[in-house]
Amino acid sequence: MNIDEKIKAKSVDPASREMLQVAADQNIETVWERLEKQQPQCGFGELGLCCRICAMGPCRIDPFGEGAQKGACGAGADTIIARNLIRMIAGGAAAHSDHGRRPALLLKDVASGKNKNYELVDVEKLKAVAARLGIACKGRKKTAIAADIADIALNDFGKQDEETLAFVKAYAPVKRLARWQKIATDLSAATEKTIGILPRGIDREIVDIMHRTHFGVDHDPLSLIAQGVRASIGDGWGGSLIATEIQDILFGTPKIREATANLGVLSKDQVNIVVHGHEPILSEKIVEIASSKVMEKLARKHGAQGINVVGMCCTGNEVLMRHGIPIAGNELQQELAIITGAVELMSVDVQCIFPALAELCKCYHTHFVATSDQAGFPGATHIQFEETEADQCAKKIVTMAIENYDNRNHDRVYIPEITNSAMVGFSVEAILDALGGTPEPLLDAIKSGAIKGVVGIVGCNNPKVTHDFYHIELAKALIAKDILVIGTGCWAIAAAKAGLMQTETAKDAGPGLRAVCEALKIPPCLHMGSCVDCSRMLVLAGALADALGVDIDDLPLVGSAPEWLTEKAVSIGTFFVASGVPVHLWPMPPIAGGDQVMEILTKTAGEVFGGYFFVEEDPLKAADEMEKIINKKRQALGI
Amino acid sequence: MKELLIRPELCLGCRSCELACAVEHSRGKTLLSAIRENPLPQYRVHVVTDGRGFLPLQCRNCEDAPCLTACLTGALHRDARGVVTCTTELCVGCWMCIMVCPFGIITQKHEERRISKCDRCPDREEPACVNACPVGALIYAEIDDQARLQRQQVLAGLRTL
Repeated sequence: MNIDEKIKAKSVDPASREMLQVAADQNIETVWERLEKQQPQCGFGELGLCCRICAMGPCRIDPFGEGAQKGACGAGADTIIARNLIRMIAGGAAAHSDHGRRPALLLKDVASGKNKNYELVDVEKLKAVAARLGIACKGRKKTAIAADIADIALNDFGKQDEETLAFVKAYAPVKRLARWQKIATDLSAATEKTIGILPRGIDREIVDIMHRTHFGVDHDPLSLIAQGVRASIGDGWGGSLIATEIQDILFGTPKIREATANLGVLSKDQVNIVVHGHEPILSEKIVEIASSKVMEKLARKHGAQGINVVGMCCTGNEVLMRHGIPIAGNELQQELAIITGAVELMSVDVQCIFPALAELCKCYHTHFVATSDQAGFPGATHIQFEETEADQCAKKIVTMAIENYDNRNHDRVYIPEITNSAMVGFSVEAILDALGGTPEPLLDAIKSGAIKGVVGIVGCNNPKVTHDFYHIELAKALIAKDILVIGTGCWAIAAAKAGLMQTETAKDAGPGLRAVCEALKIPPCLHMGSCVDCSRMLVLAGALADALGVDIDDLPLVGSAPEWLTEKAVSIGTFFVASGVPVHLWPMPPIAGGDQVMEILTKTAGEVFGGYFFVEEDPLKAADEMEKIINKKRQALGI
Repeated sequence: MKELLIRPELCLGCRSCELACAVEHSRGKTLLSAIRENPLPQYRVHVVTDGRGFLPLQCRNCEDAPCLTACLTGALHRDARGVVTCTTELCVGCWMCIMVCPFGIITQKHEERRISKCDRCPDREEPACVNACPVGALIYAEIDDQARLQRQQVLAGLRTL
C-alpha cells in the first residue's frame, strides 16, 4: 500500500499507517484531523495560566508581563498553575482509584457469596496479600480471608481517621514510609503550617484537593503541590495497587506467556469483538463466554469460523496479561480498529474511550456498546453491566456480536496483515519466578553493571507526538545502553507491536543486558500490565530497595511518560516522583508559566523526595539524561 | 496587496493573537522559550474591549500615515511591502508617532526609550496574529476578495452587516 508522507508523520506503526491511508481514502476523520482543526490551541492554557475555578473568571496571567499578573481574586501565576495541576492529579487519582473500588467491592461480594458469577481464582495471591496486610490465614476459609482484604481495602477508600492507609503501610518500603513522615514534619516546621504527605483516605485526599482548590482556600504553591503528592501516593500505593492486587486474586496473577499484538490480530473470517477501556471485570467474562462451545456453535451458524476477542488499551492489557488475549492496539488505534470494517462489536467500560467512536461505528456495521453506569456515549448502545449478572451481560454482548456478523460487508473489510509476537505477563511474581524466586539475580546484575539500571515507561499516546515514535525510540536507546526497560499501558502495547518484547530483541541490547536476558530467556523490555499496574513497578522498586536495605531514590531507576495525555499520567508521574524516582515527561505539562511551580517540581522535589520531573522532546537526549541519572545513582551506591 | 483585516464581531477576546505576536517577535520563536527571554518579547496587537465586545487592533498602515509625517528622524518609513516599519536604531524616543497615531497602536519598547509597533511579520507569509486566531476574526486577504466574500455573505443571508 502506498502511504502518503503526511500520514507517515502521524504514526510510525505500519498497521496504523495503512489504516490511516484507508481512512484518508474513505474521507473518514480521526483524532489527528480533529486535533489539526483545534489549531492554534490557547497559549494561556498551554502554559497553565488560565483559571476557570470561579465565575469572576476566566482569568489569565499575561506571560509577557504587559497585561494582568494577577487573577481577579489576586491569585498569581504560580497559585493558578499549582491549583490546575493538582486538580489534574485529583482527576487521575480518582480514575485509578475508582477503578480499584470496583474489584474491592466485587471481592467482598464474592467472599460473602452474594456474587456467584466470579470466584477467588488465585488463592496463592490471596494469601500473599493477606500476609502483607497482617491478616491471619492459617486454618481460615479463603472466603473469610478475602472478606478481610476487601474490608481493609474499602476502609482505605473511605476512612476518616488521620492514620496512613493500611495498604500504603503494608506495601511501601520501610525507609520510604519514614521519609514521607519526615518530609511532612520538616515541611510543617519550615512553613509553620501543617502539611501532610502520607495519605489518610484514598477518596479523602481527592476531595481535599477539590476543597483546597475551590475559590478562596489554599493559594500557596508548595502546600497545594504537597496535597497533590499526598493524593498521588493514595493512588499509586493505594487505589491503583488495590486494583492490581484484587484483580490478581479474582482473575489470576499474570504469568509469562506469548501473545500477538497489532491490528492484524483482527480476523477475516471470525466474529471480532474488541474490548476497550480499563476494567477487566466485564472483559474477563466476555473472554470466558466467547470461548464457550455454545457461542462457538452460534458463530458457526452465522457463517463465521469462530469468535475472536481482542483487546484495546488497558482493558486489553488486563486480558492480555492474564490470558494472552491478542491486543489490537493502543489508544490512537481505537478508531483505526473500527475502520477495518471487520469489528462486529466494540465493548467499552471506562477511561480513554473517544466519544467519536459512536459516530464512527455508524459508518460501519460495528455495534458500539457502552456498559458502565459512569460512562455514557451519545449514539452508543448501552448494555448496563452489573457484576451480579455478569454472565448474562457478557452473553448478551457476545450474542449481539455474533448476530452482527451477518451484516459484515466483506468487500469493505481491510485488515492490515501486520502483527508481532510478544512475551508478556511480567507481574512482580512472574519476574521473581523468572529470577528463580528471589530478586538476588537482578540485584547482582545491577551491582555488576551488566544491567546499569531500570527505566519504567508508562502511559498514553498523544497525537501531538508521532504515534509510538517516542515510546519505541526511547526504549531502543535505553536497552542499547544496558538499561532494562519495564512498563505498562500504551507504552507496553507500542513495545509489543514493535517487537521489543521478544527474547530475540536481546540482540539489540547492550552486551550486559543481552547476556542477562539470554540467561533468563526474557526480553529486554518487560510488559508489566495496564496503567493501574504501575503499582507493580512500585512494588518491584520497593522489593529491590528493601532487599538492598536502601530507599527507592538510592536505586538506579528512572520513569518516563513520553507520549502522555491523561490526568492519570500526571498522577502516575507524581507518585513515581514522590516514591523517589526521577520522571521524564513529554509533552510539556501545563506548568511552564510559573517559575515557582517549575522550581518545586524540577528541583525542590529532587532534594526532598529524591524524585523530580524533567522534560525533553528528543528521545535520544532523554535516554542520555536517564543514563546520566542512573550512573550518578550507581556512583552514590558505590557500584 | 494583501491587507490585515478585522472582523470584530467574531472576536472572543481569547488574546491568542497577542501571544502569537510576542512569540513571533521573540528570539526562540516558541511559546515555551519566549516566556523565559530577557527582555520579554513584546506583542504589537492589542485586544481592546469596552465590556460589550472585542477589537483585536494592530497597525492599520494608513496611506497618509500621520506617524510617518511626525517621525523626525526617518526611523519610521514605508518598506517595499508597503508596510510602515521602524528602523529601531534611528528611533530617538520622541513619542511624536505615539501622539499622532489615531489608533494608539504604537507603544514603548520594554526598558528602552524607543517605540514598538506592528511590522506585519516580514518573515512570514501570513502575519502571526492572523494565523493564531481560532475564529477567523483576523483576516489576511486582498481587499477586493474580502469585499466580494462579504457581499456574497450578505446575499446568502449569513450575515447582517
